[in-house]
Amino acid sequence: MEYIIIIISAVFVNNILLSQFLGICPFLGVSNKVNTAVGMSGAVCFVIGVSTFFTYLLNKYLLVPLGIEFMQTVAFIVVIAALVQMVEIILKKISPSLYQALGIYLPLITTNCAVLGVALIVVTKEFSFGGEPHMMNLAESMVYAVSTALGYGLAMILFAGMREQLELSDVPESFKGIPIALVTAGILATAFMGFSGLV
Amino acid sequence: MSKLSIVTKGIIKENPILVLLLGTCPTLGTTTSAINGMGMGLATTAVLILSNMFISMIAGYIPAKVRIPSYIVVIAAFVTIVQFIMQAYMPSLYATLGLFIPLIVVNCIVLGRAEAFASKNNVLDSGLDGLGMGLGFTCALTVLGLVREILGSGSAFGHKFIDGDGILIFVLAPGAFIALAYIMVLFNKFKSKIS
Amino acid sequence: MAKESNFKNMTLCMFVICFAASALLSVVYVITKDPIEQANIAKTNSSIAIVVPEFDNRPSEEMFTVNVAGKEVNVYPAVKDGKTVGYAIESSSNKGFGGKMTIMVGFSEDGKIYNTSVISHAETPGLGDKIDKKKSGFSLQFNGMDPATADISVKKDGGEIDAITASTISSRAFCDAVLNAYAAFKEIKKEESCNE
Repeated sequence: MEYIIIIISAVFVNNILLSQFLGICPFLGVSNKVNTAVGMSGAVCFVIGVSTFFTYLLNKYLLVPLGIEFMQTVAFIVVIAALVQMVEIILKKISPSLYQALGIYLPLITTNCAVLGVALIVVTKEFSFGGEPHMMNLAESMVYAVSTALGYGLAMILFAGMREQLELSDVPESFKGIPIALVTAGILATAFMGFSGLV
Repeated sequence: MSKLSIVTKGIIKENPILVLLLGTCPTLGTTTSAINGMGMGLATTAVLILSNMFISMIAGYIPAKVRIPSYIVVIAAFVTIVQFIMQAYMPSLYATLGLFIPLIVVNCIVLGRAEAFASKNNVLDSGLDGLGMGLGFTCALTVLGLVREILGSGSAFGHKFIDGDGILIFVLAPGAFIALAYIMVLFNKFKSKIS
Repeated sequence: MAKESNFKNMTLCMFVICFAASALLSVVYVITKDPIEQANIAKTNSSIAIVVPEFDNRPSEEMFTVNVAGKEVNVYPAVKDGKTVGYAIESSSNKGFGGKMTIMVGFSEDGKIYNTSVISHAETPGLGDKIDKKKSGFSLQFNGMDPATADISVKKDGGEIDAITASTISSRAFCDAVLNAYAAFKEIKKEESCNE
């Protein structure tokens, strides 16, 4: 039951893109086409999942025992940077076409705030999920991280679908490109607000 | 390029948010009021100046392949320092900005300027570039925060001038996207007029 | 310009940078540690000063905890001229619209609510955040109430509290937090009467 609450809360209610504003850069950058959006979300999901796993353990078994939690930001970003590099090398080998499509955005996952954001939220924030507020354990953290990433993917793909349609419509000159995309994102965020208060 | 133009180009011609579209996350996330936007902008400016200057000092000694990781570590260190200082001397602002302070590390502007400008220029110019970009960022954030605050809660810089509620949607998440869109449109109009 | 990369200089470079960064951070951490603690204490103190009658002791240094339903609750006693004039109780509710809501509730010695102050919350800006005195007068209606005789719940639930328009859940959570604080207050009184 608790896991279901975590999933609903992370995917819909506190959608990382539309209500917490993390990871907007690639959201606006690669969401022109559904295909690239799918690829990008996949890469982000993978990196969020793996990096949260490592940063959680790093925090619990190294930083906290040594009393150096203040190094969190520095330590986490190093882990994330290393992981992204790894994903890049693997992707280059197994799917060159996807590698081409994601282009410059792949190294930018390092600077995608969603990744560092989730890693930091997991180790610093208390969650209640219907019960007593507590720090999340490893299982809960992983469920939270993966469902947050799914929420990211969901918002991104929905948005890419809408932008593909926008290409065909008649948009005022000065709204072309990013501004109309932002207005669209605003409407999508309004829709997601309907979920608030659900858990 | 003159020293002055290094500073001013960040404010209009290469405004990091309205033109280069970098660092949109804190832009949308922290601008529920003008003060918050300004606080976030200034914190980022501090990090930008420090990291730009430091990186331009060490850039020559760093092997090409570990350039990005090294820059990120340097930036993360400065961000944490700014975080401590805010926690100690501006606790209430720190509490409102919350997670977005450590996330300055992954603000594309900071790494972007380190890579594009600081690694190729001298310390003074890099510092000025950080200042200019930071100010451009701060201006955009303050304006966006101000617009959202006026429309959303009927106040400006915390001073209420309308009794009762504003148009609530503007302080909520969707309003951030919409307000930024309109500011961008107006900015583009203004920019194409002067050039 | 950047140097040739080889394994040796890359490792060395990363090591030096990480080491320097950690060293620098430790220094700044040590320097700012005290001011950060001071800032936190000052924040608690200012909430305490709002919610209890005038005192001449240092409540934050005389803090004690009481156990209410298995939960430790922080209590700050306010003393004037050697006599306890009230208690500031840090209490929270999980029933908020956006999750946890923490408030400071002050009781005068006779069990009446003296004043309240919001410490942290995650309610919707413009709606639920009106629990904060800075945004609306909602929380003022609690002042002077005695939870022993008054029904602290929103009118919709049959109580005496006017809920914030369109924010019944936030209003309910606030009532819940006040009641939690009152439970702690009763616990203090019980312990006192046992000791006498």
